[in-house]
Amino acid sequence: MFRIVEKRELNSAVTLLSIEAPLVARKAQAGQFIIFRVDEQGERVPLTIADYDREKGTVTIIFQKVGRSTMLLGQKEVGDTIADFVGPLGNPTHFGEVKKVAVVGGGVGCAIAYPQAKALHNMGVQVDLIAGFRSKDIVILEEEMAAASTNLYLTTDDGSYGEKGFVTDKLRSLIQQGSNYDLVIAIGPVPMMKFVSALTKELEIPTLVSLNPIMIDGTGMCGGCRVTVGGQTKFACVDGPDFDGHQVDFDELMKRNATYRSREQHDREHPCRLTGEVR
Amino acid sequence: MANMNPKKTPMPEQEPLVRARNFKEVTLGYTEEMAREEATRCLHCKNRPCVDGCPVNVRIPEFIEKVAEGDFAAAYDIISQTNSLPAVCGRVCPQESQCESKCVRGIKGEPVAIGRLERFVADWHMAHGGVSTVTPPGNGHRVAVIGAGPAGLTCAGDLARQGYAVTVFEAFHVAGGVLMYGIPEFRLPKAIVSHEVETLKNLGVEIKTDMVMGRILSVDELFEDGYEAVFIGSGAGLPSFMNIPGESLIGVFSANEFLTRTNLMKAYLEDYDTPIRRGKKVAVVGGGNVAMDAARCAMRLGAEEVCIIYRRGLAEMPARAEEVHHAMEEGIQFRVLCNPVAILGDDDGQVKGIECVEMELGEPDASGRRRPMVKEGSNFVLDVDTVIMSIGTSPNPLIRTTTQGLEANKRGCLIADENMKTTREGVYAGGDAVTGAATVILAMGAGKTAARSIDEYIRSK
Repeated sequence: MFRIVEKRELNSAVTLLSIEAPLVARKAQAGQFIIFRVDEQGERVPLTIADYDREKGTVTIIFQKVGRSTMLLGQKEVGDTIADFVGPLGNPTHFGEVKKVAVVGGGVGCAIAYPQAKALHNMGVQVDLIAGFRSKDIVILEEEMAAASTNLYLTTDDGSYGEKGFVTDKLRSLIQQGSNYDLVIAIGPVPMMKFVSALTKELEIPTLVSLNPIMIDGTGMCGGCRVTVGGQTKFACVDGPDFDGHQVDFDELMKRNATYRSREQHDREHPCRLTGEVR
Repeated sequence: MANMNPKKTPMPEQEPLVRARNFKEVTLGYTEEMAREEATRCLHCKNRPCVDGCPVNVRIPEFIEKVAEGDFAAAYDIISQTNSLPAVCGRVCPQESQCESKCVRGIKGEPVAIGRLERFVADWHMAHGGVSTVTPPGNGHRVAVIGAGPAGLTCAGDLARQGYAVTVFEAFHVAGGVLMYGIPEFRLPKAIVSHEVETLKNLGVEIKTDMVMGRILSVDELFEDGYEAVFIGSGAGLPSFMNIPGESLIGVFSANEFLTRTNLMKAYLEDYDTPIRRGKKVAVVGGGNVAMDAARCAMRLGAEEVCIIYRRGLAEMPARAEEVHHAMEEGIQFRVLCNPVAILGDDDGQVKGIECVEMELGEPDASGRRRPMVKEGSNFVLDVDTVIMSIGTSPNPLIRTTTQGLEANKRGCLIADENMKTTREGVYAGGDAVTGAATVILAMGAGKTAARSIDEYIRSK
């Protein structure tokens, strides 16, 4: 069993939890993920590691409550335990030799863009962090992101906070104004990663995306997380989760991620009639 | 005088059309009377060919004699001296190509039903209080086992019986490996696997779950932590695909994914959260035990039609004879000498069909089986909504790539000698991680050999 030691509601749908998992915390690196299972009946769900504290032995995850398992996890409080917390899984992000990097986060994807920015920032790299949200009320981690970047640019689709527009617009204008990025890292909804990658392909800037497809074991066993990268089938759990954004077949990934969408919809709209809760 | 009935005493089974819609065990096991009757068919031949046919050398005629006498507890003691998982082996071993294939009674008639008797004894033991083992006195030496599947559990059990302090590291949230995630409930009830694991814990074996070795801890760190030897039984978990068009469509699964969702995550039960696709028309590609398991699970999940697609003939199928027989009885269709060339999808990326070609058998290939060849122009389309790929698995590279000095062959299998010693000192390996996908009992045999080697290695230090 793994104990929850910190909980913060970042917005109405996004929750931060720190979990006591000393062995995972000891090895975790930016870009890796964990798999959690709330209880005996629970699914195994992958989440990218948002932060870790090797001394305290804790690992932080940030998640949006979209299906039954994330809703159940969101109901847990400090002091509660969850059944399983497995990791660190996947390969750490390989940044290579870089001096200036644009890290682009979209929505809850900022939770994952943040540790990438932090890792680069700690390496002395100049980091421009572009964080995009639909509107002001769902902005998360503003202070943390500001501390982990050279420049933080916040955008909202409706202009209710920061600059109005999409992250791709901001990235394009920064580049046009003369920012020479050695690398762009894009993390967020699949369509956003697709559009950022299309832009940087045109501008010939190497781009990494972090994928979070459907999976069960996270060790290469189920093959459910297969993605087509450069025409080849890759398993996101063991070959990724980071891939060259210019090579990923995003359209296929979007379709595959929708495999259980009707089930997720059902979980959101039909709480238990007895308890009013998810289970 | 031995019972000279040429046929095995039949074992009761659930009716095929009933069981095809539930997950309860298919075969119901012998009663005491049936077991004693079958036991009297054993001739107690002097040279005991059956024992040589068993990868863990269960003393078969001796335990059968005790069954005939009605002393089932004594029979269990004989089996459990060499077999750590008797209730499992009695159910899933391919007896027809092992112990029973050597039985003298098989020359004129059917061999003694050794598997059924082994199962009976193990089940009897479990039903009558079960756990008899006492924790042996410790010898002060620590051994780490990676993987709680058949190889790892056997190795751990044998070492614990000799007083070693054994820790088993398992990546999943429960011990059992393929016995839990792969083989379905109706063929091997999970309560039985859990019971066998409990028996090992009573011997003093410590099991740590949620430990993906190579990530959370390396083999080097195990040695630094004071383990004197390491056994790797990490299996062959990486599923293969055919690399044909359409394999990324929604509704195409590896058998590993489909079975793990069903068996380990219990997706077939209403109160478990893991989703599963309940296909109406399901094609399973492959002819092994895993393919049979996937097809029979699909049927139980409510499919109207399930077919096995296999590129060779029925005679060449690698699945256990009983599984093929049971699958046919349950209404699974067999399209043999048939091979997929593409999976077809609709605009939403959902599977809508599978295009196949007919095959014919040519000259024997390197494996000794006749090589299947395509009949040109024989393409046809089967109307299906779900495709399950069950064409094999290969070892997971995680431990190999994170451990210095551990060599593997080009198929990714760890290199180990006949004593299960790898290319790195103090590290032993066995089971599917070494052989590639094979059987439970061969993995158990390897775990047993490795335990012997590890004991010798630690004693000689």
